[in-house]
Amino acid sequence: MRIDGKGIIDRTRPVSFRFDGREYGGYKGDTLASALLANDVRLVGRSFKYHRPRGILTAGSEEPNAMVEIHGRTNQTPNVRATVQEIFDGMDARSQNRMGTLRHDLLAVNDYVSPFLSAGFYYKTFMWPRAFWERVYEPIIRRAAGLGSLSGKHDDGSYEKAFAFCDLLVIGAGPTGLMAALVAARSGADVILAEENPHLGGRLIDDAGQIDGEPAALWVARVEAELRSLPNVRIMTRTAVTGAYDNGTFGALERVGLHKSARPNLPRECFWRIVAKRSVLAAGALERPIAFPMNDRPGIMMASAVRSYMNRYGVVPGKRVTLFANTDAARDTARQLIAAGVSVAAIIDPRADASSVEDCPVYTGAEVIDTRGRLGLREITIRQGGEEKRIETDCLAMSGGWNPTIHLTCHMNGRPQWNEELAAFVPVEGAVPGLSAAGAANGTMSTHGALAAGKAAAEAALRHLERNVAEVAVPGAEDAPYAVRATWAVEGKGRAWLDFANDVTVKDVRLAAHENYASVEHMKRYTTQGMAPDQGKNSNVGALAVLADATGRGIPETGTTTFRPPYVPVSIASMGAGGRGMGFAPQRFLTSDQASRDRGAPMVEAGLWYRPSYFPKPGETTWKEACDRETTMVRTSVGVCDVSTLGKVDIQGKDAARFLDFVYTNMFSTLGLGKVRYGLMLREDGTVLDDGTTARLGENHYLMTTTTAGAGVVMRHLDFVQQAFCADWDVRFISVTESWAQFAVAGPMARQLLAGYLGQPVELPFMGVAPVQIGDVQGRLFRISFSGEEGYEIAVPTRYGEALFRDLLARAETMGGGAYGMEALNVLRIEKGFITHAEIHGRTNAFDIGMVKMISAKKDCIGKAAAQRPGLLGPEREQLVGLRAAAPITAGAHLFRPNDKVELKNDQGYVTSVGYSPTLSAWLGMGFVVNGRARHGETIRLVDHLRGIDVLCEICDPVFFDPEGGKLRA
Amino acid sequence: MPELIAKSAIDAGPVTKGGASLALMEPGPISSIALYAHGAEAGAKGLETLGLSFPAPGQSQENGAARILWTGRDQAFLIGAEAPAMEGAAITDQSDGWAAFSLSGAGVEDVLSRLVAVDVRLSAFAPGQVVRTGLNHMPMILRRASAEAFEIYTFRSMARSAWHELEEVMGQLAARGTLKS
Repeated sequence: MRIDGKGIIDRTRPVSFRFDGREYGGYKGDTLASALLANDVRLVGRSFKYHRPRGILTAGSEEPNAMVEIHGRTNQTPNVRATVQEIFDGMDARSQNRMGTLRHDLLAVNDYVSPFLSAGFYYKTFMWPRAFWERVYEPIIRRAAGLGSLSGKHDDGSYEKAFAFCDLLVIGAGPTGLMAALVAARSGADVILAEENPHLGGRLIDDAGQIDGEPAALWVARVEAELRSLPNVRIMTRTAVTGAYDNGTFGALERVGLHKSARPNLPRECFWRIVAKRSVLAAGALERPIAFPMNDRPGIMMASAVRSYMNRYGVVPGKRVTLFANTDAARDTARQLIAAGVSVAAIIDPRADASSVEDCPVYTGAEVIDTRGRLGLREITIRQGGEEKRIETDCLAMSGGWNPTIHLTCHMNGRPQWNEELAAFVPVEGAVPGLSAAGAANGTMSTHGALAAGKAAAEAALRHLERNVAEVAVPGAEDAPYAVRATWAVEGKGRAWLDFANDVTVKDVRLAAHENYASVEHMKRYTTQGMAPDQGKNSNVGALAVLADATGRGIPETGTTTFRPPYVPVSIASMGAGGRGMGFAPQRFLTSDQASRDRGAPMVEAGLWYRPSYFPKPGETTWKEACDRETTMVRTSVGVCDVSTLGKVDIQGKDAARFLDFVYTNMFSTLGLGKVRYGLMLREDGTVLDDGTTARLGENHYLMTTTTAGAGVVMRHLDFVQQAFCADWDVRFISVTESWAQFAVAGPMARQLLAGYLGQPVELPFMGVAPVQIGDVQGRLFRISFSGEEGYEIAVPTRYGEALFRDLLARAETMGGGAYGMEALNVLRIEKGFITHAEIHGRTNAFDIGMVKMISAKKDCIGKAAAQRPGLLGPEREQLVGLRAAAPITAGAHLFRPNDKVELKNDQGYVTSVGYSPTLSAWLGMGFVVNGRARHGETIRLVDHLRGIDVLCEICDPVFFDPEGGKLRA
Repeated sequence: MPELIAKSAIDAGPVTKGGASLALMEPGPISSIALYAHGAEAGAKGLETLGLSFPAPGQSQENGAARILWTGRDQAFLIGAEAPAMEGAAITDQSDGWAAFSLSGAGVEDVLSRLVAVDVRLSAFAPGQVVRTGLNHMPMILRRASAEAFEIYTFRSMARSAWHELEEVMGQLAARGTLKS
């Protein structure tokens, strides 16, 4: 029911929304919860396990009951707390976890069999037959006990992630946080004030108290205006700080567009990483329920929430309200309701010595022992002394005292301390470095105390930051004692809920203790208390108190479970913002990319690069036809291939040759000017790291190439070697991978093509390098080959890459040649027995790949000593071999002796690369076989269980094509 | 004789949204200058001819079109001028390795805060300061050129991704700007 004259909603802006298909009206500023209560809707959801009808318990993000699905055009968001979700025009909210309608949930049958469904029920009941658990029991249980559902479609909403930095992060904008932010802001510090609500003020607004004799809202508005006017303050509303991490880093979730209908590019949420030099936790406190029998009906809610609904939204959740509370402070709920003209039927206070000055019936030393009303509260039964009395009521406001919101102080393993006077846990100073809790979050419960604590916390932070402190006076405010007397559970018939979200009752916790799950950690897991979306915010302390009582220990001895991030649920979409689909990783494009796509080449990813797989010609229907043609083309005429992805490192300095000798296994100090040499690089443990060629461009100037995949790793390795082992050498290197576009021109007509293009004869010896002039452009020509043919690589500054590629291709095509892609490149190198990272995959050493002689005896190098360890150099090693077969073979297959049983202990090795060789009309492979070099000519059985392949192969030398290298050197 | 036509890293026209403008830059030649041990003095002599000196860590200098950015230990990028003859340093042409964007306008801090994990707020990162960091997942050299303008240098092959991510963030900020409360 809406009442006049209260609330901070905008009554000039009506909003229309749907809940379970029915239209309702509210105002801008309403949450779904306040708007439903204004429309006298009390039943909002069903409980997790028993499917009990549930309403709205709280007015904040801790809400355990009122969870709904929000359906958008493309999004379906489950488990949205109605107490957080603001309404907007056209919003479509639906109740969840029901079968049938919300009023007639078929799964409510669980409630009638609840005596059987106590803690541990599943563990005890569904043990047999064993195989039934996964296929029968679990799906049924998951269907029955659940939360919201997903659409099953991709979420194509917009999400954001962002970084922020400040001197002081103030978490929470109630009296403590506002005061802390004001002091720090006036002192000139960079301040971020994060508040999970859309408005500032916290309980100053919710309780409609007074500051300096004026309504507190006026003070809040003045402070907000001042903070917003200052350039050094950033106010982040709708932003919940979700976690405390190392070095003053905090995670925070901002609801950016969730309170609006979707619009293009508007982020739904933003996940912030905030780095703060100091921080003040001013998150306030959470009011805790009392576990009295049948305390879960719609209409039973927190007393503080009743005040919040009245003062934030002008909504009173009942016509005849009762109050069950054990603090003086909670009495204000009744006084405010009476002042607003709402009937208060009774105040029930378990403290026998409590006052009874209110203008309504007050029962001291009394408790609520039962309630009635299946879909909404109708009546309560109270017990005072030996007497029982029924009272008609549609809203029971309860308060069992307050728990300081200490969650963030536990995120780095800090354990809170029990405070007997407050009957609550309070944070320990220094639990999170740089963070201090203040105000109610630190157990200071009065408004005046909070204001003063906020000021003191900011001043302390400023002193740490060695800043001057501006003088700010603490305004006058209520400073009444809190006067709580712990009331955890009320004895009586019927179930008394502790954890509403997970349907955990007092009986469940006692059962856990009885069955010897007496440690708080065990109790939690046995009962699932605290494991629901509210993460025990409403129930942890109460459950702990019941457990302590059941086990005859005090609360401090019983201890507490810890709180872990996040403080509120965080969508994975926000944490992974920008990373969906192609946003997952950057894409690297070659200069020839468009030219290749123009020719219809499908692209394959190699590292982050996109490389052409093959270049289909009209009439070709499979990739293999194109691959065969391109392979034969290179063998008979000329092919052009973009090889710019290979890593290139420019190395200079008078110690450059010495450095190369140290990182490569073979000798480079003897390399002549204008010459290129193949080199092998080891890790420190002797395993092969990478291979490639290095050219000597000048007296003290070299150009190293690496594999595509190894470019980054080798660069890191070189940096490490230099910095760790030879920092004093005069050698400097830098990646030039991006600076040069480089194209292989290979085949018997390669020289002819280049000579025609360059307009001069090409007389470069095998493994030579020379500068080359292409018009005005200075390039480099290498005579190296990865195909086994007479091969060249021509390099130009990247900006000219596309032009050069198109020129070379046009020329090749007139000569009967053309472009070749990764598939043909792979076949060509397998025919020639050249290795790639398929072979040097991180577990093979130089001996295994047949290159042990490349480890020079004349010098030391990285990995040399480790490569000579016993066990790395013998016939027991799996050694590189070639494989030849008449039928298709596959990489990843394993090898067996033909007469052996195919099982692990008979494994002889595995296949790393395969391809069909049109040159040799056979399937060729490379692989590793135990003592393989001594077994050339032997027949071996290749088995690939995944692809159903079982073929006999011949073990051979890995070099199938032109083993003498005559073609290379032609 | 063939004539090769130069192409820029991407074809993209200037974009303004979300309070910021993104445009391709033509920064001119880029040279890495890596000082050898004891090369500082000779290096300084070479840079003197351009009216520049070797920048301190995290800093840059500017003289006309020429600027020099600190890029690592004993390493700097000379941009906008050909490298002078210089003893005491390894000089490597990097002109074609980097795509350069300018990002400017009142919203520049907000745009960068979405993609850069280090503190480059205008209050913390003065004009002339340089940092090597990531632009989301891409390597970047970032320089604050003036009050509200930054220069972004990233791998040329990644220019399309870098541009796309910047533009997407600017679009999100523009959409945020339509929110009144």
